[in-house]
Amino acid sequence: MEKPYRQSFTIQGKDFCNAGGASTEIKAILKDLGIDPVVVRRVAIATYEAEMNVVMYADRAELALEITPQAIRIHVNDTGPGIPNIDLAMQEGYSTATPEMREMGFGAGMGLPNIKRNSDGLTITSVEGKGTTLDITFHIN
Amino acid sequence: MMQLCEVRDHLACEVFSGEEHLDRTVLYGCASDLMSDVLAFSQTGALLLTGLVTVQTIQTAHIAEIEGIVFVRGKRPDARVVALSRQNGIPLLGTHFSMYEASGILYRHGLASTMECSQSADPLNHA
Repeated sequence: MEKPYRQSFTIQGKDFCNAGGASTEIKAILKDLGIDPVVVRRVAIATYEAEMNVVMYADRAELALEITPQAIRIHVNDTGPGIPNIDLAMQEGYSTATPEMREMGFGAGMGLPNIKRNSDGLTITSVEGKGTTLDITFHIN
Repeated sequence: MMQLCEVRDHLACEVFSGEEHLDRTVLYGCASDLMSDVLAFSQTGALLLTGLVTVQTIQTAHIAEIEGIVFVRGKRPDARVVALSRQNGIPLLGTHFSMYEASGILYRHGLASTMECSQSADPLNHA
């Protein structure tokens, strides 16, 4: 792979029917590139949790995938309410989910901790009333 | 580990999709209605027992590399859920047993918990 592989995806908030589409596509891309299956699964899980967070809480987001020989990077930039207290949101079990989200099997305060658990680096920046940005990194070797 | 056809027999399952994959072997069992827990704690090659019959169950299973799903308490998937399971090659089975009963039956027949691999405790002393 000479140049970084890049692809962008748009995620719509509240679109529960298509939630998971971007992460499924990214999983297929990584498998096709012959990336280690253990890494592929970690990326797929973290991306899926990030995607569900957008669907549940934000209006929309752009998700950018970048693959280099050394690392995979997922950048999610959403327009939405933002996260008032990131430290609190990182605690397992802390949640502001609605009953609809819980009926989907999500919203139990595991999303961001799951992203952190499955990645090698996670940076979150958020502005209340504007949106949230996630920068997730996975080492390939 | 256990073949899906054995799971079907032990739990008297109806098969909703993936009949052609019932010779597939699952390595562990995982029981949850919370998809984030499935993503956090399941391992590749597990069987998922759940009462959550939504498209997100199938999406989660696909992402987490679950090899088969058993819906408990007589819950039935709708056409969209079945279609997505076929698309992703994930067999769907259904049993009238509760989650607790179904888990217990499979555990007694030797299907290990997906959580046990990181712990030494084994209540039934499986080899």
